[in-house]
Amino acid sequence: MSNPEFSNPIVKWVDYRLPIFSMMHHELHEYPTPKNLNYFWNFGSLAGIVLGIMIVSGIVLAMNYTAHIDYAFDSVERIMRDVNFGWLIRYIHMNGASFFFIVVYIHMFRGLYYGSYKAPREILWILGVVIMLLMMATAFMGYVLPWGQMSFWGATVITNLFSALPIIGEYIVTWLWGGFGVDNATLNRFFSLHYLLPFAIAGVVILHLAALHQHGSNNPLGIDIKKKGDTIPFHPYYTIKDLFGLGVFLTIFVAVIAYAPNYMGHPDNYIPANPLVTPSHIVPEWYFLPFYAILRAVPDKLFGVLAMFAAIAVLFVLPWLDRSPIRSAKFRPVYFIFFWVFLADCILLGYCGAMPAEQPWVLISQLATAYYFAHFLIILPVLGLYERPVDLPLSISGGSPDEDAPAAQAAE
Amino acid sequence: MPDTAYETNDSHDDFDKGRRDFLYMATGAMGAIGAAAAVWPFIDSMNPAADTLALSSIEVSLAPIEEGQSVTFKWRGKPVFVRRRTAAEIAEARAVPVGDLIDPESDDDRVKDGKDEWLVLVGVCTHLGCIPLGQKAGDVKGEYGGWFCPCHGSHYDTSGRIRKGPAPLNLPVPPYEFLTDTQIKIG
Repeated sequence: MSNPEFSNPIVKWVDYRLPIFSMMHHELHEYPTPKNLNYFWNFGSLAGIVLGIMIVSGIVLAMNYTAHIDYAFDSVERIMRDVNFGWLIRYIHMNGASFFFIVVYIHMFRGLYYGSYKAPREILWILGVVIMLLMMATAFMGYVLPWGQMSFWGATVITNLFSALPIIGEYIVTWLWGGFGVDNATLNRFFSLHYLLPFAIAGVVILHLAALHQHGSNNPLGIDIKKKGDTIPFHPYYTIKDLFGLGVFLTIFVAVIAYAPNYMGHPDNYIPANPLVTPSHIVPEWYFLPFYAILRAVPDKLFGVLAMFAAIAVLFVLPWLDRSPIRSAKFRPVYFIFFWVFLADCILLGYCGAMPAEQPWVLISQLATAYYFAHFLIILPVLGLYERPVDLPLSISGGSPDEDAPAAQAAE
Repeated sequence: MPDTAYETNDSHDDFDKGRRDFLYMATGAMGAIGAAAAVWPFIDSMNPAADTLALSSIEVSLAPIEEGQSVTFKWRGKPVFVRRRTAAEIAEARAVPVGDLIDPESDDDRVKDGKDEWLVLVGVCTHLGCIPLGQKAGDVKGEYGGWFCPCHGSHYDTSGRIRKGPAPLNLPVPPYEFLTDTQIKIG
């Protein structure tokens, strides 16, 4: 790391004692980034920004929220009606959760398409899956807080998943509830954990970034950086591109908050929780639907729960299931097809999850579940052995990988 | 290196090395036990509190319940279904061979002796905890005339036993006793 010369004496004084300016210079300005990143590489920084939006809006909401079964629903209604801009802050937080998952799911499918999980980025990918799991837990507990009908029954169904475990299941569920059902103790602990987990996510994000900066970003060609001409500094080139993407994102986000703030929610959650009446059709938030479909596809309680958790667990070992040394789907003609089939399968599962547990949806979700696992456990390992990849380019900027062609540099 | 003398001492003295390993293991084990002991109160604090456990029994009057009618009471934050069954419902529950059931249990074992018409159940689906329909007159009662869980489609019969769907077990019968002919204590 070459330490830059700072002209500002205060910056110089601070940097000598705490080298944050050197670090920022190193990680942002010097940090070499492949010059061919497309717009799918915007979603990582976008996810970080949405996390920030969620933490800030959440802290403000917590100032007016009451975590008690008799007051929670009314305190949320008070935020909506009486607190200055409370409606706006709550809609930002509510829709922010959905947009967080949209951004992260695109970010993950980007990783799947371009093989970003392959060596040497396996830990980077695994940390990402950990972040997704923490997000799911946080989103689930946050959804319980308004204490509407969907909050209550969503919490009941999800906590009951653990009762499927043999012998210890019942004890675990009672322990999770702090009682004999979802009740005040449950609401209180969910609020406590809902406030805690985003900071845990932020911690894992820092590890995710540290792992990213070790080997740098993957790129659409999926080949390594061979020479200086393959890269450009992160700042200002990608800071400005990320900012442009953020502008587009915020335009869509604000449009939804302004014109369709309840589009992704359920009307039943505006009915206060009633422990004696289950809504006729319980559906989780849209971002859980594919996993919910997998849960319901298996007719056995324990194996349904195990299949649902396995659907996420399989992502942890993905870097070792995909045996192909080629990263990008651009150069893997067969994987290219299976990638899109897999994406369609995930969307189909999501659709099945929203449908009632009747035929033909049960059968369709069973087939889609089987395909989901086949993709990871059969198709990917076999493709690694038999697929003939297309010839890779020699380097990102073309030409010989050994030398920096002056012509290529001039073209930048 | 300033610690040459220390290294020499360490590598040549086997007795000392064994003793050091033992101390290392013993310290680690004590630390682990201590940490586990310190963590337990925090874990146990999340189990039901004393006041929650104290609210564990209710008394219910059966006098106003007509034949064929069902009434729901709240016990431990959960619904308890009390159904005064008709003769036809009792006969239906007893007609099915016990061996054919998903969770085999005879109707006799699910009611008190001589009180065949009174069925008392915890009204929580054994699949994922929804409240089955079938308590109100207009409710869907499922294919076996008992209860139907709308969440994932479990059907219960007139004895509250699981007959079809993903639920693994019958609706449980809570601990209860008859105080008088028209008064029961649940819990």
